Amino acid sequence: MSTPSRYWREIPQRYRLEANKCETCDAKFFPPRLLCPQCKRRDLVPAKLAERGKVLTYTIIRVPPHQFADQAPYAVGIVELDDGVKLTAQIVDCDFEELKVGQRVRIEFRKIFQQGESGILCYGYKFVPE
Amino acid sequence: MRDVAVIGMGMTKWGELWEKSLRTIFVETALLALDDAGVNRIDSMYVGSMSSGVFVGQEHIASMLADYLGQNPIPSTRVETACASGGLALRLGWMEVASGISDVVLVGGVEKMTDVSGYEATYALSTAADQEYEGYHGITFPGLYALIARAHMEKYGTTREQLAMVAVKNHHNGSMNPLAQFPFKITVEAVLNSVMVADPLRILDCSPITDGAAAAIICPVEMAKEMGKPVIKIIGTGHATDSIALSSRKDITWLEATYQAAKQAYAMADKKPHDIDIIEVHDCFTIAEICVLEALGIVEKGKGGVAAEEGITSLEGKIPVNTSGGLKAKGHPVGATGVAQVVEIVKQLRGEAGDRQIKEARTGMTQNMGGSGGSTVVHIFERE
Repeated sequence: MSTPSRYWREIPQRYRLEANKCETCDAKFFPPRLLCPQCKRRDLVPAKLAERGKVLTYTIIRVPPHQFADQAPYAVGIVELDDGVKLTAQIVDCDFEELKVGQRVRIEFRKIFQQGESGILCYGYKFVPE
Repeated sequence: MRDVAVIGMGMTKWGELWEKSLRTIFVETALLALDDAGVNRIDSMYVGSMSSGVFVGQEHIASMLADYLGQNPIPSTRVETACASGGLALRLGWMEVASGISDVVLVGGVEKMTDVSGYEATYALSTAADQEYEGYHGITFPGLYALIARAHMEKYGTTREQLAMVAVKNHHNGSMNPLAQFPFKITVEAVLNSVMVADPLRILDCSPITDGAAAAIICPVEMAKEMGKPVIKIIGTGHATDSIALSSRKDITWLEATYQAAKQAYAMADKKPHDIDIIEVHDCFTIAEICVLEALGIVEKGKGGVAAEEGITSLEGKIPVNTSGGLKAKGHPVGATGVAQVVEIVKQLRGEAGDRQIKEARTGMTQNMGGSGGSTVVHIFERE
């Protein structure tokens, strides 16, 4: 099991959706990058992710990794947010049968999984249909 | 640069090899390759292995395998680019021979996947995805390819039956490969009724968990001729990368790294897609073969599903794909897969492929891919 530092250092992204952007290319990065892959500019400025978007594709995970064993089946999708950033996360509070590509969703802060009986409770973002 | 040829290859029966350790599986296979080439001395070796650390808790395997192959103190290098590790081992070996640094090089790959539980094996494979931004949210490897499959179906109208036909074709081919893990035929109905793993992909869309190794011996073409060996020349090689996170790509259905690696290999070989007689592609999931054929330029964008349905890629088709049975039927010991593709192409070009032999095959291609497409290695071979 990892030390808490590995979890702690991702908190700005997982809890607060902190991204950054290149003002030359008008491109937003999540997670934040140290340089823009297009123009190689390094002085990227802080930005925040849009909190709404649409489902590009999704699946229902029926054979999960062990830390998600108690949650299966669950939906995971790639969502294109309204600022153009694409993000992978679970889609919750939905009927699998009614999920569809193009569906509008918003980001909510939720528990993702827990590291065993006495480990860290891991939180982050999930998508909820609008 | 010197021209390089494959003069030996080896592969043992793949499957759940409970009685054999990683080192035994590798050495048995490497000895077959050495015997096939007729050499007992090598200058250097490269071994593809994705995750021996997670699968058997053993790193530093390059030196260990050189030792058990009786080759210490030659230089031995482990290569890792997830599931493309074996293909990259060949490319690095090719560089070493082409540059003149070494003459005879063994390139191999090995994975021992059944010493851990299914959960742990799934975890080991998932480390090829972005752990902080994909794995953290509970996505699995079948899940990532399911995301690609759904997007491909939405965008191009690819059908669930077309996906199944890829598995049916590869199992048909694999039924003629005695070294395959699952050498039997399946039907479209069997695929469509198999257990759902990650919608829309079912268990018979997925390559299995496999123990196995593969090896090849390469040397300069001039030396191969002096030895009187059938000369299977490496005429093109390419290697390219992409973001390992699927969501970071511009088009989820497009394998840019495969496109780029193929472009390099075609240019070097001075070949076009229609010049290729046979291809071994990385069908870790049925949808992967469909997207790969599009990125290689074998079919138009969006037509990969139709290719399987119309039989273009069958043994009797215009361009047979995965004559070995592919990862689907032959098995997928991750680090070994890229080298096993080379073994099949060499067998075909030599005319040693038995019941699945493609007549007049002269030019062959391999495409070996890591993760959900974050790395790809392509090679083109020709019989002199």
